Amino acid sequence: MSGRRIFTRPARLAAIAPYLWMALFFLVPFGFVLKIALSQTAIAQPPYIPVVNLAAGWDAFKSALGALSFDNFKLLASDDLYIFSYVRSLIVAVTSTVILLLIGYPVAYGMSRLPQRWQPIAMMLVIVPFWTSFLIRIYAWINVLQHDGLLNKLLLALGIVDKPLVWLSTDAAMYLGIVYSYFPFMILPLYATLAKMDDALLEAAADLGASKLKAFWLVTFPLSLPGVGAGLLLCFIPIVGEFVIPDLLAGSDRMMIGQTLWLEFFTNKDWPVASAIAIVLLALLLLPLLIYEKLQRRHLEAQ
Amino acid sequence: MLRIASVVKRFGGVTAVDTLSLDIATGEFFALLGPSGCGKTTLLRMLAGFEAPDSGAITLDGADIAHVLPHERPVNMMFQNYALFPHLTVEGNIAFGLKRAGLPRDEIASRVAEMVALVRLDGLEKRRPDQLSGGQRQRVALARSLARRPRLLLLDEPLAALDKKLRESTQAELKEVQRRLGMTFIIVTHDQEEAMTVADRIGVMDNGRLVQVASPRELYEAPNSRWIAGFVGDINLIEGVVESREPGRIAIVTPDAGTIVAARAPETSAAVCVAIRPEKIRLLPVVQEAFAVKAMTGVIASAGFLGGVSVYTVQLDQGAVLRVTLANATRAAADGFSVGQRVSVSFSPDDVVVLDR
Repeated sequence: MSGRRIFTRPARLAAIAPYLWMALFFLVPFGFVLKIALSQTAIAQPPYIPVVNLAAGWDAFKSALGALSFDNFKLLASDDLYIFSYVRSLIVAVTSTVILLLIGYPVAYGMSRLPQRWQPIAMMLVIVPFWTSFLIRIYAWINVLQHDGLLNKLLLALGIVDKPLVWLSTDAAMYLGIVYSYFPFMILPLYATLAKMDDALLEAAADLGASKLKAFWLVTFPLSLPGVGAGLLLCFIPIVGEFVIPDLLAGSDRMMIGQTLWLEFFTNKDWPVASAIAIVLLALLLLPLLIYEKLQRRHLEAQ
Repeated sequence: MLRIASVVKRFGGVTAVDTLSLDIATGEFFALLGPSGCGKTTLLRMLAGFEAPDSGAITLDGADIAHVLPHERPVNMMFQNYALFPHLTVEGNIAFGLKRAGLPRDEIASRVAEMVALVRLDGLEKRRPDQLSGGQRQRVALARSLARRPRLLLLDEPLAALDKKLRESTQAELKEVQRRLGMTFIIVTHDQEEAMTVADRIGVMDNGRLVQVASPRELYEAPNSRWIAGFVGDINLIEGVVESREPGRIAIVTPDAGTIVAARAPETSAAVCVAIRPEKIRLLPVVQEAFAVKAMTGVIASAGFLGGVSVYTVQLDQGAVLRVTLANATRAAADGFSVGQRVSVSFSPDDVVVLDR
């Protein structure tokens, strides 16, 4: 077997370091959450049973394992509230990610076409809002959108409407907040791929008879797909689990899964159901992540 | 025929191409040669349509193309570093221009096959550019630019990315392809050997102007200026003054090499420069000083063996230093002269070029 050894000892340690990291900060916490998801809620401290007490010995551990059940997952599947929350989360995430791409692509493209010396400035303009706390920026939107807020005052002053419109606590407000907040996550990967595009390729396309528009569709766009994929996932995944923006800007009649989870955890004190929600959410997100992983690998191989 | 008439192109305050006029015949292989920054690439980009001239006209077979967009002209370009589309296969790259031309599907397939055969890429049709060697990529680029059967093909330093051996064999292939297709080729290069090898005519550019347009042989044997003489190949330049001028015999007095006789000279001012190629100089060992009085004499200052030829520098008694190249026609010839040896130097008046100083 020694002939197959390709790594020296320190190199092998370096190679397993990421796995150790994953095990410590992902798998172990995931194990805790999974265990709670399989427990039953109880008025106790912590608020679920069974509690695994390793000090109580092997038999106690075995009986604790025996008390675990899938009841919480069955509840998730049977109660409309949870299914609606999941579906709404996916709809909101897909819709806002598509809007982000439709707005973000032209902006990133425009940035990449700016003269070299203007590009860092454009980049700063995209990033600067991040220097203010996220929460403060969302509260600022509440100020803008509320009944006597900036937007309604402006519309009234311009004579576009004759009485204030309802903006706050609508889906429109929520989409506005999400698109606004996640904009840089879409822009940055798109800009990164578009900025390193070789202009000679566009000249070659023009030389071979492609108009500017054709050259864009046949050369620029396909070559920017890795950036599109990265942008879509960087936005889609956190938006599915988004809690703050829908809570502050959308109406309270329909909830995203993040809000439902929060409700179960903090208001109902039902840790097991909240944990089950989190696990199902993770399973849902794993699919796009795996697709992205696969695309990314194919892209690396093509390099 | 391609006609470039008084074309001017400025970038900011810099004049890249300065009132340049040039006619290139259909089917000609023309090379634009010059040091970097001489404007040759700008001229090529104007022919491709990536730059528009500030003034002047460019006509191809009588039609003005100076302001026709790149994708609408019957001109194709082979780019420096090839600019192959990384997301398309060899086939996809070659077919790109044919699809834009709206050719029927089977016509595209047969043309792609024809191009693949022409540049000998058989079996690599499904590969992507990153799966090809440098030489293969170069051939894909050539095939892609030829596929539309342009009336004019522009080649921007097409062989610069290849190593020396591959470059030399590719030069021969390029020449062969051009001869077979009978297309007009314009190549931009800074490599004079490359220009000499492939081109029917060479235009040497400097500071945005054409300094000389001539066949490779004429450019080498009859440079029209001191700058060209120094730029193309190796040459000895000796300054002097015309002493007498009669048909077939112009005598030039030089402070460093005595009187030099040339067979012909253009009408020049009195102050001239004498130019002699190193391989046109003959050396003879000086056996007895007495016989050498009328000849130029000197001492071998350095000797270098390069294989096929040996290069010497000769310090003339009058002061000039000449470079001399001798072919090693026999094995014994290689050890002909040694450093410190006294030699007499001679050359034919026919091989002396007289240039304005």
